Amino acid sequence: MHILKIITKNAFRHKLRTFLTILGVAIAILAFGLLRTVISAWYAGVEASSASRLVTRNSISLIFPLPLSYRDKIRQIDGVKLVSFGNWFGGIYIDEKNFFANYAVEPKSYLELYPEIVIPQDQKKAFLQDRKAAVAGRILIEKYGWKIGDIITLKGTIFPGNWDFVIHGIYTGRDKTVDESAFVFHWDYLNETLKKTAPMRADQVGWYMIGVTNPNLAADVAVKIDNAFKNSLAETLTETEKAFQLSFISMTEAIVIAIKIVSFLVIFIIMAVVANTMAMTARERIGEYAIFKTLGFGGWHIARLIFGESLLITIIGCAFGIALTFPAADIFSSALSTYFPIFNVATKTLYMDIAASILVGLVAAVFPTWRAIKIRIADGLRRVG
Amino acid sequence: MEGKAPIVEIEHLFKSYHRGDQILPVLNDITLNIDETEFLALMGPSGSGKTTLLNLIAGIDRADSGTIRVGSVDITSLSETELAQWRATNVGFIFQFYNLIPVLSAFENVELPLLLTDLSKRDRREHVEMALRIVNLSDRMDHYPGQLSGGQQQRVAIARAIVTDPTILVADEPTGDLDRVSAIEILGLMERLVHELGKTIIMVTHDPRAAKKAHIIMHLDKGVLNAHPQNYY
Repeated sequence: MHILKIITKNAFRHKLRTFLTILGVAIAILAFGLLRTVISAWYAGVEASSASRLVTRNSISLIFPLPLSYRDKIRQIDGVKLVSFGNWFGGIYIDEKNFFANYAVEPKSYLELYPEIVIPQDQKKAFLQDRKAAVAGRILIEKYGWKIGDIITLKGTIFPGNWDFVIHGIYTGRDKTVDESAFVFHWDYLNETLKKTAPMRADQVGWYMIGVTNPNLAADVAVKIDNAFKNSLAETLTETEKAFQLSFISMTEAIVIAIKIVSFLVIFIIMAVVANTMAMTARERIGEYAIFKTLGFGGWHIARLIFGESLLITIIGCAFGIALTFPAADIFSSALSTYFPIFNVATKTLYMDIAASILVGLVAAVFPTWRAIKIRIADGLRRVG
Repeated sequence: MEGKAPIVEIEHLFKSYHRGDQILPVLNDITLNIDETEFLALMGPSGSGKTTLLNLIAGIDRADSGTIRVGSVDITSLSETELAQWRATNVGFIFQFYNLIPVLSAFENVELPLLLTDLSKRDRREHVEMALRIVNLSDRMDHYPGQLSGGQQQRVAIARAIVTDPTILVADEPTGDLDRVSAIEILGLMERLVHELGKTIIMVTHDPRAAKKAHIIMHLDKGVLNAHPQNYY
């Protein structure tokens, strides 16, 4: 007979209590895992950002445009390999609740700069040839049941009017960090239309996307770009793609912090629940621990029994919690794909789940173990029966 | 009794308990020798210090002063860890309420003290089977305590007490929770342990019939040992 056998038998002595505690741990780990995944989803853009790309925008605010003429000047700066640009379109598909990211880009340079956006060659060719063409991410296509050749009408909010686009391509991500729920179309289509309807707004871009020759030179190139437009009517702010993404997150940082706090509170609460279970268990078995001590088992053996039992319960709970996290994340992802286009349970989250369950198991066992070790054998034996 | 070496030597033993500011003396200058293969019964009214004396001899409590030697070891000078190791190999315990672990089978309960030894699994099995054979419970080794009668549970407890072949066996009211027939059976078994296996037993009991099975009966009253033991040799 091994000590593990005693631990297992002890853990399942009160089946209902153990089952409920395991259930509690599983739900806590599920909640913790989902909350951590929400945080990861929040940072998905940052994770996906490349070290060799810069973003240049108006130094006052992103809502102020930059002249198209900056493109050629940026191209001439040392260290710049490729320049693309885009405008946030903010169009609505049928109803406002159907939100998805949609923006106008210079398609050729954009696809060159973002190799993680994968489009079949024939679709890519068709997309580049037709000015009214658009490509949409796989998730968007599946959500609305669009097909190649479908005409999609978006109602402009920033750029008024109904805008028709022909779906010529479906893109997928090269890896899981790529947002597959965006809608991208030709900047020329937007600009040519604006020239007719609102000439003052034509030849303006929302931001430039810049590929650098060497990621190590990104900071220097950014400074050079901003220096080139100093004292102009539209001064620029150039930063790495990661910093650009983080600037968006900083706007909602309070929410992220709140979610982080709640995720740790969940763990703290379950720690209290498991500690209570272990305290009850140890109190009931104090006589048995005295018997073990009478037979010659030392404090270390008693500690192993209690810590082992506590860890067994939390690790089983953790395993169930992790097993539940994946289907729950799938449901969550489907329901909230608009807000969290990238909602993947990260390996790091799983490690955190395991670490949290081990921590809960260890902390919950400390007090009962101390109590069981400290009690005098004669006092413990009086509690038998 | 003559010619036997004392296996337990107690000299000027004092023990008291503290209750708040009060000091309650429990044992008062106890001096006692117990010879090898002796079957000693300690009797006395409740609160006379019988169980306390038994606990001190078994190394599960600490004396205020005095010495207790068991075999060649002065157990009053041992640390807690040393005392635990000493108990594991030198003392077998038989309790009134059997004190078996309910989630372990009879076999596993008897095997418990052997987990602290270096014996292989096979050797442990042999020891356990032999101990259960001695108490005539070989056919119940897979039963759990809840599936056994009181008498059978006490026999499992005795098997657990003897499985490590300890120097002394201490029994605290071993028949206190048993019916008459089971009590006779257990006392008979204890006699066999003394006569056939050469064990030394120190038994605390209230039951005069149980005490009569012992070789010597000693009385404790208010922490003082009766100077004239009854000898039933």
